[in-house]
Amino acid sequence: MALRTTPIADNAPNKITVKELDFFYGDFHALTDITVDIKEKAVTAFIGPSGCGKSTFLRCFNRMNDLIPSARAEGLVSLDGQDIYETGVDPVDLRRRIGMIFQQPNPFPMSIYDNVAFGPRLQGVSKKAALDEVVQTSLERANLWKEVKDILGRGGLTLSGGQQQRLCIARVLAVEPEVMLMDEPCSAIDPTSVQKIEDLMAELKDRITIIIVTHNMQQAARVSDFTAFFLQEVAGDPAILVEYDRTSNLFTSPKDRRTEDYITGRFG
Amino acid sequence: MSKRVTNAIALGLLWTAAVITVAVLGTVIGYVVINGIGELSPRFIFTWPEGVAAEGGVWPTIVSTLYVTALAMVIITPIAILAAVYLAEYAVQGRLVGIIRFAADSLASVPSIVMGLFGLALFVEAAGIGFSMLSAALALSFLMLPIVMRTTEEAIRAVPKYIRWGSYGLGATKWQTVSRIVLPAAMPRIITGIILSTGRAVGETAVVIYTMGQAINLPVSPLDSGRPMTVHLYLLAMEGINLPAAYGTALLLMILILAFNLGARFFLRRNRKV
Repeated sequence: MALRTTPIADNAPNKITVKELDFFYGDFHALTDITVDIKEKAVTAFIGPSGCGKSTFLRCFNRMNDLIPSARAEGLVSLDGQDIYETGVDPVDLRRRIGMIFQQPNPFPMSIYDNVAFGPRLQGVSKKAALDEVVQTSLERANLWKEVKDILGRGGLTLSGGQQQRLCIARVLAVEPEVMLMDEPCSAIDPTSVQKIEDLMAELKDRITIIIVTHNMQQAARVSDFTAFFLQEVAGDPAILVEYDRTSNLFTSPKDRRTEDYITGRFG
Repeated sequence: MSKRVTNAIALGLLWTAAVITVAVLGTVIGYVVINGIGELSPRFIFTWPEGVAAEGGVWPTIVSTLYVTALAMVIITPIAILAAVYLAEYAVQGRLVGIIRFAADSLASVPSIVMGLFGLALFVEAAGIGFSMLSAALALSFLMLPIVMRTTEEAIRAVPKYIRWGSYGLGATKWQTVSRIVLPAAMPRIITGIILSTGRAVGETAVVIYTMGQAINLPVSPLDSGRPMTVHLYLLAMEGINLPAAYGTALLLMILILAFNLGARFFLRRNRKV
């Protein structure tokens, strides 16, 4: 918890509010009755055993689940008070405000520069000077600039796994999102890079709200201000949110027996 | 029988089958090379046929073959790519898409002589285009369409999902994702498919014999008729006029096709290294 700066105040504003959310893949009921408030400019971690729906839940926030034809969400998810599932909300606009980092680093098969410039170009930025600037700032904010400033024309896929993940972070930062969703961002990269990404999260949360899914509890404890524990108690049943609290409370004095069993390593 | 003996027999059969495959290819190529190599000379390649078109060079036929192939490629590429993008990215996967795919596969297995007959009826006669590069290219494009479409579709599907997610996650629309991420990523394999299908077109005989005519011409406009290498080869051999020249033409044709295939491989390799 060395990275933690000042604790987030109790009355800090909510960035995302979820009320009684149920989620389905066709006939499969994946999540039920999830209610949670995500604080602005804080890091919130979702933990739980594999298959407990935490990634599914994360993808509800930027409507990434819309890409799966049979997926369906019921209940309320709001961003700054605006229901994001309301008719009239364009998921494309929503995803500009809520960026996403995936488990597998996924640079596009193009140069480092073009990777970072991709988002701004989508929004119609085409002047070279403006793009140069956003590329540099974004790479700087992702702590990758020093390593790549002389090789911007090289393919993004030539970087190491950890660098690729930071490139993806820079790519998201280039569109100035308000929220960054990170779906197990460190599970496919080496430990040194993990450290860099965790440091980066601590720096970024001054300006953006971060939600991270991880099945590494130590990581959740290190990087997050709040933690939510998800669990699918019986195979085939929908997963539930068991406990949600400040990370320091949840890991030191969990209120629910199941949370305690999980964080002390009795299952999962 | 002991496991070891069974293993030895299986291995022996597999090895024999592999050797037969290579031997057949080697024999065919070797036979054509031995019989044709003596004919190959700059004069043979770059001059016109003489006499009853049995002596002399084959230049106009090379030009006709390349002309019709290029024309067919120009016709086919946009259609095949757009159709493949629709099938792979937009169409709701279900019965209709299954039928379209089945139709494409069936189209690929229609005997080329039937396609030639169809081209003769439709383009040469009904549409009044006559024996020409254009008629032949249109008929050839029917043969190439399913090949290019299916390889393009496979190439598009081979682009990993998580790369698309990256694009959608940045607020790209579907079309932006397809046009800026998916198609460029799939392009090396798409181009490979196109090159391979042109290889098929270069070697095609039945279609062009019905649609291009046989006149020895150096085609300029798409409405000019001509004689492609395959037809020239057929006439040289079947009318028994000049067998050595037939082998020479055959060798040239094989070199051309080999060049297309090597080109495709080279292209794919070079682009894998990104």
